[in-house]
Amino acid sequence: MLIFERSHPGRRNAAQAPHHAAAAGGPSTGLRTGIPAALLRQDRPLLPEASEMDVVRHYTRLSQKNFSIDTHFYPLGSCTMKYNPRACNTLAMLPNFLARHPLAPESTGQGVLACLYDLQEILKDVTGMAGVSLMPMAGAQGEFAGIAMIRAYHDMRGDTARSEIIVPDAAHGTNPATAVMCGYTVKEIPTGANGDVDLDALRAATGPQTAGLMLTNPSTLGVFEKRITDIQKVIHDAGGLLYYDGANLNAILGKVKPGDMGFDVIHMNLHKTFSTPHGGGGPGAGAVGVAQRLLPFLPLPVVAKLPSPAGGESAARGAKPAGGEGINNEVFRYLTEKDLPQSIGHLSAFSGNIGILLRAYVYARMLGAEGMHRVAEFATLNANYLMAELYKAGFTVAFPQRRASHEFIISMKPLKDATGISAMDVAKRLLDKGYHPPTTYFPMLVPECLLIEPTETESKETLDGFVAALKEIRDEAHATPELVKGAPHTMPVRRLDDVKAARELDLTWKTPTSTAPV
Amino acid sequence: MPFIPHTEQDIKAMLASIGAKNIDALFDEIPAALKSGKLTAVGDGLNEMQVSRLMRERAAQDSQPLNFIGAGAYEHHIPAAVWEIATRGEYYTAYTPYQAEASQGTLQTLYEYQTMIASLTGMDASNASLYDGASGLAEAILMAVRAHKTSRHVLLPATVSPLYRSVARSIVRLQNIELVEIPFDIATGTIDFKALEQYAGADIAAMVIPQPNFFGALEDVDALTDWAHAQNMLAIALVNPLTLALLKAPGNWGSPLPNPLPLAGEGANESLRESNIRGADIAVGDGQPLGAPLSSGGPYFGFMCCKQALVRQMPGRIIGRTVDLDGKQGFTLTLQAREQHIRRAKATSNICSNQGLMVTAATIHMALLGADGLRRAAAASHGNTQSLAALACGVPGVKRLFSAPHFHEVVLRLPKSSAAVLAGMAEQGVSGGIDLQPYYPQLGNAILVCATETKTEEDLQRYVAALRHVLQG
Repeated sequence: MLIFERSHPGRRNAAQAPHHAAAAGGPSTGLRTGIPAALLRQDRPLLPEASEMDVVRHYTRLSQKNFSIDTHFYPLGSCTMKYNPRACNTLAMLPNFLARHPLAPESTGQGVLACLYDLQEILKDVTGMAGVSLMPMAGAQGEFAGIAMIRAYHDMRGDTARSEIIVPDAAHGTNPATAVMCGYTVKEIPTGANGDVDLDALRAATGPQTAGLMLTNPSTLGVFEKRITDIQKVIHDAGGLLYYDGANLNAILGKVKPGDMGFDVIHMNLHKTFSTPHGGGGPGAGAVGVAQRLLPFLPLPVVAKLPSPAGGESAARGAKPAGGEGINNEVFRYLTEKDLPQSIGHLSAFSGNIGILLRAYVYARMLGAEGMHRVAEFATLNANYLMAELYKAGFTVAFPQRRASHEFIISMKPLKDATGISAMDVAKRLLDKGYHPPTTYFPMLVPECLLIEPTETESKETLDGFVAALKEIRDEAHATPELVKGAPHTMPVRRLDDVKAARELDLTWKTPTSTAPV
Repeated sequence: MPFIPHTEQDIKAMLASIGAKNIDALFDEIPAALKSGKLTAVGDGLNEMQVSRLMRERAAQDSQPLNFIGAGAYEHHIPAAVWEIATRGEYYTAYTPYQAEASQGTLQTLYEYQTMIASLTGMDASNASLYDGASGLAEAILMAVRAHKTSRHVLLPATVSPLYRSVARSIVRLQNIELVEIPFDIATGTIDFKALEQYAGADIAAMVIPQPNFFGALEDVDALTDWAHAQNMLAIALVNPLTLALLKAPGNWGSPLPNPLPLAGEGANESLRESNIRGADIAVGDGQPLGAPLSSGGPYFGFMCCKQALVRQMPGRIIGRTVDLDGKQGFTLTLQAREQHIRRAKATSNICSNQGLMVTAATIHMALLGADGLRRAAAASHGNTQSLAALACGVPGVKRLFSAPHFHEVVLRLPKSSAAVLAGMAEQGVSGGIDLQPYYPQLGNAILVCATETKTEEDLQRYVAALRHVLQG
């Protein structure tokens, strides 16, 4: 049932309505506004008339129809669905943080700015980059910022004939879409049989028209690109720049720094690696890091620390003991166009998704330096263990001769050939077994694929249970294929008619009795 | 080990299964020369008690003054239930709803949101959100240029927030789109119609129409929409969703249309509503006034609605209602062929993650307030700002700058340096507004002030006392 169907004319939530004298008025009662009648609304918007309890009950019940990390194992490849610590949420929602207006004087935001500054420093360290801007509001906006900086760099040098961005065929769809938004054309290059970039194809594709290469490492195939040093040489020798898509940073956090691999610019998905919530689709945070030569182009604002009157620049803030760190004499401020006149500019009206950045900061501080290494280690241990167990159980691993990074691919093609049961059928049947499915049909190079990313926060028992579930489904595919084909059977709905959804667009609810436009 | 459940025994058993001697061996494909040394800026890990203390101390530094700043982010009462429900783990820790059967909670919530926001804006369709209002405006401009096909010029009035104009420029200029600034009438604080005339008949893709505009003033949206349509431009409405509880919805802007204008793209005639009013073609803005705390600027969310004919040009996720195998109602992501994960380089935008949780909060917020509650909040904000302006103008030398009717923000001219006056008010614990000097130097010592429904009569008096103190003290 929709909230609109729970609506009853005349039901009001008095507790939520202001008692202000001016509030009592309205278009029908002659509001004393001085606003010309022609500018006022005549119709009533279609919003529910429901009690507070109706609303709370409705959305609580709706929430219970979701799978989530808090309720289910969620091994969605390339999405890093790790546990989101509750402390991060509680501390990011402290009342003073929530109450601050973005244009309030910086003197009223020294606490929040200190957190942002520290986070910039932490991210510089773990990525090996010279500077960081926290402003992009999601991974894709981070990509936009990164490619816009590459373009600004070439433009600044008068090197304007570079018109192409090279993207491997296994890349996330955001990579080519971003290149186009930045005014570039896209050249795709193929992947070799072992999962690495085809170096000959890369050489052939690279030339004076090359503005840069966008690369995910480890790749979306779940393997580390071993010849990254050769790749960066090909691109840099041609005068191009190297972009690191940080979607898979969790695999190498604290182990390898993208800066050391020769990348010039990187975005990080803080909602993946730094455990901020996915929220059913966002908000994310797509901080960008750059090498020295791209520093002038960072998106605004960047947080700077002014030399403290007491002269405390020597010790890295993070290395200090926690006690007494909260309040200090340092002054933080945003850098603006005046400080960075060559910046690619602002990407949000104010300062990005600060509430999300605070969550990432709390998480980073709880991990500490050792915790960063452990993230990569245990994410990799879990992925390799799961891959080994599935391999031993007879599943087809895409790259059995390779180490898995934090994720790996299995193909259901043999099962499909034998039984007609597809990767999609297996995914849907997993729901009945209480597991969110892995990413399906991506990357497209491997037929009938499942991209599996367990993350470091899952226990061995959970992984064993997942292997057992996949084995059961395989048995069912042979014994009772219709059971798998008809899955899921235990969800709030069965498989949905996507064709009808696209052909007979129904994007808003309409009052059944009314013919008036909504 | 924070958030890692493995015991020593687990690790041994797992390594044995893999056939690796230790965890380091799992990284043996990475060239040794690339492996990084110790992190130096991260420090030792803190436990929850320590990090809580650190964050509470930092938050305590940020005690907030009495706020009279708006300028695109508004302090409104948010019912306690909004974030209690939105941060339930089932909403908070779910992914984008690709697996529809296991995401009906998020999907139905988003469908309800699309219905509510489309109704507020009077449009046919809505997406499931963009990042914020400013980047949403940039997406609307890109969308209008795609739909219009022949022109890469868009009229962007100076009465649009300078912060928004800056973001729009950063994003669209890389596709060689030119934003043409339209000046405002210094007397009214609204778009200067005379300045528009030079663009009559020019090949221009769209015009952005803010309501209320950055100064809080109300534009003559009917005339502007008609003018844009008469020039074969799309009309992009840039609106504050809370104000739409009182103000005319963008879908109803302009006059009834005698002859439908040709729109590029399919299904042009579908854009005509039963009332035969074309209205604005795209409505966009920031959803922050619907349940998002100020939070130093984010996360908020951008909303985007459009007429039916433009749906396939829209960026971002869209939720549709359909049926399952048993004919039972269900919700799913639809029109995905517009999106980057399918269309790659040909997608309408690169957007992937949006601001889902903020939309969940906004949906609950709108459901709790209803049309009546939103209207009351909007009317009280308008009334408070009226009262504040009247009180402030009682201070010698202070006057309202513009003659157009305003909504819940107003520009005041001060007899002394606006920056100095605001600094003086801040010392008394009052955020007195924002200084317009850096954005509109031609206005002199002018500030933009906002008083929402959260302000009491005493708060308004405190504002005026602080202002009086600075000016006369």
